[in-house]
Amino acid sequence: MEKKSLRDAYGNALIELGSNYPSVVVLDADLSLSTKTHLFEEVYPDRFFEMGIAEQNMMGCAAGLAIGGYIPFVNTFAVFATGRCYDQIRQSICIPKLNVKICGSSAGLSDYGDGSTHQAIDDIALMRALPNMTVLEPCDANEVVMMVREMVKIQGPVYMRVSREVLPVYTTMDDAYSLGSTKTMCEGNDLVMFAHGSMVMRAIRAAGELVKSGISMRVVNVGTIKPLSIAEIAKHIDSVKGILVAEEHSYIGGLCEAIMGSLSINIPHEFIAVKDQFGTSARNIEDLMEAYDLTEQSIIKSAKRLMNTK
Amino acid sequence: MNSEKNYFQLETRALHIRRKLLRMFEGGIVGHLGGSGSLVEIITYLYFKEMDISKEQILNSTDRDIMILSKGHSVLVQYAALSEMKILPENALGQLKEVGGILQGHPDMRKTPGIEANTGSLGQGLSISLGLALAFQLKGSDKHIYTILGDGELAEGQVWEAAMATSRYGLDSITAIIDRNRYQATGSTKDRYPIVDLEAKWKAFGWHVVNADGHDFKSLDRAFEEVRGEKGRPSVIIANTVKGKGFAFAENTHKYHNCSLSNDEMAMAIENLYKKAK
Repeated sequence: MEKKSLRDAYGNALIELGSNYPSVVVLDADLSLSTKTHLFEEVYPDRFFEMGIAEQNMMGCAAGLAIGGYIPFVNTFAVFATGRCYDQIRQSICIPKLNVKICGSSAGLSDYGDGSTHQAIDDIALMRALPNMTVLEPCDANEVVMMVREMVKIQGPVYMRVSREVLPVYTTMDDAYSLGSTKTMCEGNDLVMFAHGSMVMRAIRAAGELVKSGISMRVVNVGTIKPLSIAEIAKHIDSVKGILVAEEHSYIGGLCEAIMGSLSINIPHEFIAVKDQFGTSARNIEDLMEAYDLTEQSIIKSAKRLMNTK
Repeated sequence: MNSEKNYFQLETRALHIRRKLLRMFEGGIVGHLGGSGSLVEIITYLYFKEMDISKEQILNSTDRDIMILSKGHSVLVQYAALSEMKILPENALGQLKEVGGILQGHPDMRKTPGIEANTGSLGQGLSISLGLALAFQLKGSDKHIYTILGDGELAEGQVWEAAMATSRYGLDSITAIIDRNRYQATGSTKDRYPIVDLEAKWKAFGWHVVNADGHDFKSLDRAFEEVRGEKGRPSVIIANTVKGKGFAFAENTHKYHNCSLSNDEMAMAIENLYKKAK
């Protein structure tokens, strides 16, 4: 299966926006070579602002650009984009519902080598808690592009986290793509699994393996984590024996809690998520995902456990 | 032009604004009096002399001179000025902080006409101004942004991030004004958290520095005149002020930073602002 870099897709999607929306401007805090906003800078140097290693000021500056009628895309690693400037996002951007788009790059554990300081396991929790904020995570390069095209049309703040991984392309470019709805990636009737980001890939692979054990698991990509499509999720869980939720994020404050907090669920469920702990350095992403029990095998184990409880 | 007459008009405006400020404390309402009192002349000067604005422009356009109150807790004095310009409804000042009302405890651009940004978490206003200045530059607009900071607020690191970025972009469309009233919430800045060599700090960050008496219109006139001549870098006016200015019992103390007024204090203020005033 074809694999593509999500951050490259993001950088190129910004160039497309740059041509369609003269009011789109891009800010970065000395990470443009990693976030791939340098691609935009090369094409639109006048609409790219290097803000130095000063994320709080960058976020406030984006608020000012939005007040002045522009649509700023603010970029840095997810861990800094949310934690380092939480108050600026809250006070200067979310309270007045300003049209600022925040892209948290190298999200989740995907910056495996850099360790806990650079791994965002709490960014969704922080952004979800803010009124007026929309929270997104694409599962592959195509969804990055579709999300970027849609988020620019929303009037208000959006946070999108993007993995550093190069991931298989499961989605097809769809002009009818809309934020807020879930997407069934593969069918199944025994269990339903909700996932976002890189865990969608791991869920699809696990579902393929589970068939061999006679377990049929539906995989649902929840790219829009807030506002959550509760009606669609309720429909999915209506007729299954168990629910799984997988995310490259702490189970605290992420999709796991979003789903459990929105619906009264009394059927068995399992979380495949980061426990209440920080990340750590690893030499490759596979080692790290294994150490944090976030692999295809982790999903398979949970699925079998759920089926045995019946 | 008869400049003495001009100052008399500004002084009359300032008196009206102080009276309106006092009105917001009627009925035991709590508000930030000290830091509003120190800003009366500066706000009067900006709204009624320096900024190229009309009521219609303020209500309908952002392509105009803009004032960002980074020390958002002093918004009462901005409400008074907006009321003086008839931008706020006649009865608005009497409804300060009412649930569902348009006058919040801190500036809210979505609730109050004439407010351009949400501030109040200190240290964020200069960054917002920077973004506005970049927006003006992209649009080819020659409009100016005036950002008011408190001297206590300068302890916030984000102010200095923004100061660096503003000079990095060479933006002479931003003028910062520091309300140097030498008091913060818990005492004098000298005792609590002195920020020394203010002038040298701003110079080191690439800013043109001008000193002024923040209660003297002639001095403010000279300061803004000097700022207009400075091109290619931002300017900061360090305005020496008196916390609580115009409310004798509240001057030069931190005790009226956020307060309500007793009946006696209210009577004293009325005496000063109505009976003794010209």
